[in-house]
Formats: sequence, structure tokens, C-alpha cells
Amino acid sequence: MPIKKALNISIEHVSILDENGKFDEKLGKNLIPDEDVVRLYEHIILCRHLDEVAFKLQRSGRMGTYPENRGQEATSVGAVYALEGKDWLVPCYRENAGLYLRGLPIEYVLLHWMGDERGNQIPEDLHITPIAIPIGTQMLHATGLAWASKYRGDGGISCTFFGDGATSEGDFHEAANFASNLDLPVIFLCQNNGWAISVPSSIQSSAPTFAQRGVAYGMHSVQCDGNDLFAMVKVVREAAERARKENRPTFIEAITYRLGDHTTADDARRYRDADTVEAWTKKDPLIRLRKYLDDRKLWDDKREKAALANAKEAVSAAVKRAEEIEPPKTEAMFNSMYETLHDELILQRETMRTSSIGQNPSEIDPAVSLHAQDTTD
Amino acid sequence: MANLTLVQAINLALIQEMEEDDRIILLGEDVGKNGGVFRVTEGLWQRFGGDRVVDSPLAESGILGTSIGLAMAGLRPIPEIQFEGFLGPAYDQICTHAARMRTRTRGAYTVPLTIRVPVGGGIHAPELHSDSPETIYTHTPGLKVVMPASPYDAKGLLISAIRDPDPVIFFEPKRIYRAFREEVPEDEYTIPIGEARVVQEGEQITMVSWGASVIQCMNAIENCNHSVELIDLRTIAPMDMQAIEQSVKKTGRCVVVHEAPKTLGLGAEIASRIMEHCFLHLEAPVQRVAGFDTIMPYYKLELDYMPDAARITKAVEEVSAY
Repeated sequence: MPIKKALNISIEHVSILDENGKFDEKLGKNLIPDEDVVRLYEHIILCRHLDEVAFKLQRSGRMGTYPENRGQEATSVGAVYALEGKDWLVPCYRENAGLYLRGLPIEYVLLHWMGDERGNQIPEDLHITPIAIPIGTQMLHATGLAWASKYRGDGGISCTFFGDGATSEGDFHEAANFASNLDLPVIFLCQNNGWAISVPSSIQSSAPTFAQRGVAYGMHSVQCDGNDLFAMVKVVREAAERARKENRPTFIEAITYRLGDHTTADDARRYRDADTVEAWTKKDPLIRLRKYLDDRKLWDDKREKAALANAKEAVSAAVKRAEEIEPPKTEAMFNSMYETLHDELILQRETMRTSSIGQNPSEIDPAVSLHAQDTTD
Repeated sequence: MANLTLVQAINLALIQEMEEDDRIILLGEDVGKNGGVFRVTEGLWQRFGGDRVVDSPLAESGILGTSIGLAMAGLRPIPEIQFEGFLGPAYDQICTHAARMRTRTRGAYTVPLTIRVPVGGGIHAPELHSDSPETIYTHTPGLKVVMPASPYDAKGLLISAIRDPDPVIFFEPKRIYRAFREEVPEDEYTIPIGEARVVQEGEQITMVSWGASVIQCMNAIENCNHSVELIDLRTIAPMDMQAIEQSVKKTGRCVVVHEAPKTLGLGAEIASRIMEHCFLHLEAPVQRVAGFDTIMPYYKLELDYMPDAARITKAVEEVSAY
């Protein structure tokens, strides 16, 4: 029996605006209108500023642990720009820039990290699922949401964001397997930022690319420069078309870098060397976008200054809204547990100050004193 | 009215609800063409087609995780986990997402899904096909947990579960899937989640149970000289404490019977709540007849593990002699 080749695979890497600001006219032509490049650049400036402010809020005790997005903004911004408003965004926690572009008010994310569930109370028409804390689990929700879109025939698709580390989770496998075998319109957007807290991507995969993981599920898979806004728009747009027209999923490996610590609770100097970080700092999406705009006379220092001033104003207003929201009432922790609360929960809510722990009999609410009698008769 | 087994009653409920509500999608391992390993979904794939009765890949976390996405989008998925022993991989999705979604988003997102799971021992099944993990899910805020003990209740409770706006785990005691038949109305009806059923009234001892153990309790009561009031909880979370309280205040004695291991089994919670609500009415300590704190043994010993009429009768005698 002759031995034949069962499968030949190759993975394309897409780069349009490279780290030196060199632009591939052929690939990049008409991809993003000038005014939109300007708008997206301004948007990233805003998100970058927000990161700085959020970091300071945490350090000054005004906010809890916060994961910086610094350096990765182009990945989610390019993706969200390429999608439609009816498409689901199913994030983990490092996609603020993309979520704000969709229209999520900044204070929602701030509230989340300020320990307030109202930060997850996402306005309905945004089609954004709440930040997912466990790694990789949200990919299955994206798959189910895409399934619902297909079932209803509403033309929507899902794009789920996750990191290189999340591809080690079983839920990645299950989501990719469901999406491909059931023909579901999902975009799996892997943001390979080099690190899962302190663990380098080489511990997550020893294969030459993460993109080839998608090939194993029979889905189109592609790698691109995640710090290249144009490459992101191109690959996500193609993936979205594939999803919308053929109900086929796509795996995208966007190569980027986490310039900041994992979160404010982390110190990346413990496990990575400054030279590598320095090298990646030069690949920052903002630097190359500025060059792109300068080369086309679309930008100048004056506009840069104005953009930063606008960013400061917007962020400071959002911080104000987040900090000035009325404190949550204690009973809020009970009230959304179910649509209709059961008796025991109501009892716990009504007696939380008056029975067992920290009790003060004088505070017993007459409306619930029935229970107090019951337990003593 | 038709004389149906528990399996048939569930099948009928699924058909009737699916006819009425095209948001309902069934998914799971072997639920399609094969009709499920217990034939609970028999004929549904043929009737509703492969878009609504879906043979999923073999992946429990995937079944639950995609169901959560379907539910968040406004559909009404009914995932089946083939045996309770395989809930483990789905645990993460159930407890870290389905149970929490409504409250962590302060109501912006809900997860109305009904997770069907055959549960419990007594059918000589292989390892991990006979467990009783209801406590784990009852201990997880945000879920509802239901376990019917009769065909009539199964139909009415399943319809309630499907229409419920929150995630419900619907445990189906496989030992009584086909053990007996009961008159089940053809028309749709609901049995409210959270309401226990007094199977039989009595004056001297309250017996609380659920699932297939209810049948063991009935067997014990049949040959018993005491007047026993048997309460079938039907819903484990939320528990109908009012029904228990009312009965125990009358009898002053209580025996709780469940298949799950004794330690931190629901019996512990029930006994504790009886202490809170009925302490001065008690004539004897609450007695538990439960599975042991061992793993569920392979089937040669499973009947030694599960509460049976003899053990239940002994508890009744001890409680009444106290």
C-alpha cells in the first residue's frame, strides 16, 4: 500500500501596516476610509489614556484589581470595526477598546472592576456579553449565541475574544468542535499576547502557530499582526463574511503583546526581561498608526493634543459617573438571584440585620417578626 | 387520560411544549435519531427535525456552555446530560455561568434552560451511572433543582421547568423510569416548582423524601404500625419548608430519606431547618436514612447502599421509641 499525504496545511500571516509604519497599498487599499482611521486612532488614544487613569485609580485605592489593555487595543478595535452591530461580542477581560467602540459606556467596565455588578448590566441592544472571568468558558456562549442567530436566521454572528492561554482550556476545544461540526457562524479571535500571567505562550502550545489549532477542527484559520489595525479589519471582515454566508467558523490568531502587567496585582518584571518588552513597545499600534496618518497629512501635533484633551475629558467624566453612582443597596445581592425570590431568600434578606449575626432585636422589622416568633415558639 | 410511565410522561411533556414554543431546542448525546439512551426523547427527532433535536458532540461542558449561549439569546434550550455521573465536566458552566448570569448582570441577561439528567441508582448500571449529586446543585445559589417521583408529577414539573425563567436542573430518577404507570392527563398542566406533595397523611411521624426513594418510603409505610405522613419534596431547591414545618409541628417526629451520601446531604439541611422552625415541637431527634459516605458502590452492592424499606422501617421505629 502506498503511503499518501493525508493532509497538507499552510497558515497565512497577514500584515498590512507593519511595525515600521510601512503600508501595503495593494492589501490595504479601500480597507478603512481615512476618516475612520482617524476616528479609530483617536479611539485608541482614549483607551490608552483610560488604562493610565484606571491604573492610578487602583493604586490610589479607588478601584480594585484592573487588567490593563495597553498595547493590544488594535486587535479588538479592528475586529469590532469590521463587525455589524447585531453581531455578538463575547469578550474575556482585555477587550475594553473594542467594547467601547461598540458603544459600551466606559463606566461599565470601571464599575465592574470597582466591585459593582451594575458594570455587567449591559444595555440590551449592544450585543455584548459580560466580561468573563474564568478562562475560555465564554467561547461556548459565543457558540450558543451564534447557534441562536443561525436558528432564527437573523443574520447575526458571534465573535469571541480570548488569549493564547485559553486555547489550553477544554472549553476552547469543545467550542471549536461544536462550531465547526454544527456549522455555526463564530469567529474565534485568539489574542496571542505572549503571556498567561507569568506563563509564556510556549507552555500553551509548542506548535509553530496557534492558528493551526483551528485547522484541526476543519475551520479556516489565519494568523495576523494583531497590532496592525488594517490586518485585523481584513481578516475579521473575511471571517465575518464566511460566517454570514456559509455558517462557517474561523480561527484567527492575532499576534500582539501585553505591554502591561497581567493585572494591577501582578508585577511582570518578575518573569520577563525588559529588552523584550522594549522591543514590543516599538511595535505599539499607536506608533505605526500615527506614522500612517502623518504620511497622509491626516494628522498633526495639534490634533494629537486635541485628541488627548478629549480623551481626558471623556475618561474623567466616566470616572465621575462610576464614582458618583449611588452605592448599591445591600438587598441588591438578593434581588436578582431569581426572577421570583423563594421564601428562604426573602427571609434571609429581610432578617440579615436582625437575626443570628450582628443582631439587634430593636431593629427587627415588624413585617418579618413572624419568623422571629416561629423560631421561638 | 393515559396510563403512562415516567419516561412516557416526560416524552409527552417535551412534545407538547415543543409544539407550542419553537424557541425550544433539545440537545445532548444520542438524543436525536436514537431517542436518548433511555428513550426519553424517542420520536422527537423524527417529529421536530434535526434543527430542534440535536445530536451534539460528546462534550458535557460544550452541551451546557452552548445552551447558555442559546438561552442568553432568548431561546429555551433543554440540554440532556446522559447520566448524573457525567455532570462533572458541565459543572463549571452550570455553576460559574448559568447560575450566576442573572444576578451578576443584575437582570440584563438570564439563562432560562432546563437541564435534564437521569439520576440515582438501582438499575444495575456501570460505575458513575448511579449517583445522587443533588446537594451540589442545591448548594449553588441561582439554580432550581427538581426531582419528580411519579409520572404525573414528572409531566407537570417538567412543563413548569421549561417555562421557568431561571435555570432548572430536572433530575429524572432512572430507577422508576418504567417501574410503574400512572394516569396522566393528556392536556398540559403545571405543578409549581417549590411545592411539595403530601403523598399520604399521617399523625405520628413525618417522612420527607424525593425521587425514587419515595417509592421505598411507601413500601416501608405499607408494613408499618405507625401513622406516617409522607412528604415528597418534588422540588429540592427551593425547598417547601412550609410543608415540612406544618407536618412536623403536627407529628413531632421526622425521618428524612435520601439516596445521596449522609454527610451534607439534604437531610442535614432539612434537620437543621426543623431545628430552626419546630424545635419545641420535636419529640425526637430528626433521623436520617441516607446513602453512606462511601462512593456509590458497583451494582453488586448498590442495594446495600441505597435506603430500602427495611432501613426506613428501622428509623421509624427508633424515632417513635425515642
